[in-house]
Amino acid sequence: MSDAHMSEGRSGANLSVPNADALDKAADVEGRSLWQDAFRRLQTNRAAMVSAIVLIVMAFVCFVGPVLVPWSYEEIDWDILEAAPPNFDTGHYLGTDSLGRDLLARILQGGQVSFLVGILATSVALVVGVTVGATAGFMGGRVDQILMRFVDVMYAVPLMFFIIILMVVFGRNFYLMFLAIGFVEWLTMSRIVRGQTLTLKNKEFIEAARASGGSTAGIIARHIIPNVLGVVIVYVTLTIPQVILLESFLSFLGLGVQPPMTSWGALIAEGAQEMEITPRTLILPAVCLSTTLFCFNFLGDGLRDALDPKDR
Amino acid sequence: MSDPFLQVRDLKVHFPVRTGGVLVGQYTPLKAVDGVTFDLNPGETLGVVGESGCGKSTLGRAVLQLIGATDGFVSWLGTDLTSLNKKELIAARENLQIVFQDPLASLDPRMTAGDIIDEPLRNYRPTLTKADRRKMVEEMMERVGLLPRMINRYPHEFSGGQCQRIGIARAMILRPKLVICDEPVSALDVSIQAQVVNLLMDLQRDFGLALLFISHDLAIVRHISHRVLVLYLGKVMELADKSALYATPRHPYTQALLSAVPIPDPTKERNKDRILLTGDLPSPLNPPSGCVFRTRCPRATSVCAETAPVLESAGEGQEVACHHWRD
Repeated sequence: MSDAHMSEGRSGANLSVPNADALDKAADVEGRSLWQDAFRRLQTNRAAMVSAIVLIVMAFVCFVGPVLVPWSYEEIDWDILEAAPPNFDTGHYLGTDSLGRDLLARILQGGQVSFLVGILATSVALVVGVTVGATAGFMGGRVDQILMRFVDVMYAVPLMFFIIILMVVFGRNFYLMFLAIGFVEWLTMSRIVRGQTLTLKNKEFIEAARASGGSTAGIIARHIIPNVLGVVIVYVTLTIPQVILLESFLSFLGLGVQPPMTSWGALIAEGAQEMEITPRTLILPAVCLSTTLFCFNFLGDGLRDALDPKDR
Repeated sequence: MSDPFLQVRDLKVHFPVRTGGVLVGQYTPLKAVDGVTFDLNPGETLGVVGESGCGKSTLGRAVLQLIGATDGFVSWLGTDLTSLNKKELIAARENLQIVFQDPLASLDPRMTAGDIIDEPLRNYRPTLTKADRRKMVEEMMERVGLLPRMINRYPHEFSGGQCQRIGIARAMILRPKLVICDEPVSALDVSIQAQVVNLLMDLQRDFGLALLFISHDLAIVRHISHRVLVLYLGKVMELADKSALYATPRHPYTQALLSAVPIPDPTKERNKDRILLTGDLPSPLNPPSGCVFRTRCPRATSVCAETAPVLESAGEGQEVACHHWRD
């Protein structure tokens, strides 16, 4: 802090400072951005850091684990053909499901789908929502009216109905599901971004940017979006679990992934049918799903505290 | 004056304000700036003074076309800025810059000082390399009294005075011909105010800038300006050379403003007769008829309510809008 005040001591007319030479010889002062500040605050939040580590480990295990598991998720063990308890000799470390497929392999594959849905669908929502919200908020006037009324109309369309129709018309496509979910989730994102943009738009630094020759698109990209990103990141970490849950719900209803592929939601649905006989097939995927959701929510909470210290 | 540098003619900025109506709104124009006319010469400083809400800042922004003008025109080197389209306006702004009132709010909190000062260069000098731009930014930082090593710092790590220097550096880096200073020192404490004002005067001398210096502080305006424009409710009350205005204020409003400036001598301060204005600034939504100042003017007569006074010459380089300035 001490050198921050150094230059203040001089007058505008006389710019020579006695010890400026000594200071100038030192390397450039590295500033600490608001992002770095936020990250340091996040690091002190133990629950959020543990959650982040758990999530990274889970994602890693889901994507790398299947290589190490002796059975693949679609392989039926013809010697068993029923829900068998864990058996290390046959390589079914968590047992099999009712068709004799390895439960561990299926949980890992289901995890892949859930993580992918969470990340891809949220990315769709992020890109569309931020673009629409920032444009509507910044341009204002008629553009704002049209975009926001469109969002209102989309809100009014029943979600399930919309997804069911999409699935029926285009067939049950794995990637279509990402799009469909993202298409629904961007609405709230655009509202949030628009609100933030409205508060930013009248700040002097936006006017300054315009006076320094920035175009509308340039100002949105260089000033508005970096400044709304803090709120957006928090919302993203809270959207990912919502999306995962939505996918699980769709899979539970039979609208999600197609067999033999599976997701945690589909596994829970299968397990629920046999929970009186083999509760394991319900409990294990359910534990994975709830742990992930729990961690995402904790991380989102921690990020909100870290990025907005005033609200604490 | 040979070439018209900056000419502002009968500039009006009206904001529609919703004053009633249930389904279809009724709008009344709020006359923030109402028929302002002045010229600015190269290298000259025009001070704009007036109380809060008289349209000083709006005038500054309207000159840059950051706020669109309702009527009138702003002529910059012979081109009318109000008639330009977006692209032409962006090109014209290369020579027109602004320094804002709130030093911290005028800097993007997510950008480093270097990036902030660099921004006009990126927009207007796309052919420069990164290294060239960095060199120019460092030179400019040094010029405004910031250590170039602080180039990677963020605005929240600077003090108010330093932030204002960053804002000035950003405005000066393109070597503009006109800089609008919108109360650049009112958010700073007094010792820093002097430094920043001196810096502005140095830069003006070195770069040959014209300044439009908006302030409510008459002492600072006296220090920096060549001529002074007195605004009241969006209208020009008096426009005069600095020496004439401070020596022989003609308009009763100017006289009242000047008598409110404290004199740093307790005996004189106690004995001076101060003109106290009664009442508040009338609402700009519903300004008084005739002369807008008549509701608070000690010399108002019936003629003031009927006709609005026009600016008339009152001696060398002094113009005044009052029916009774000769009294």
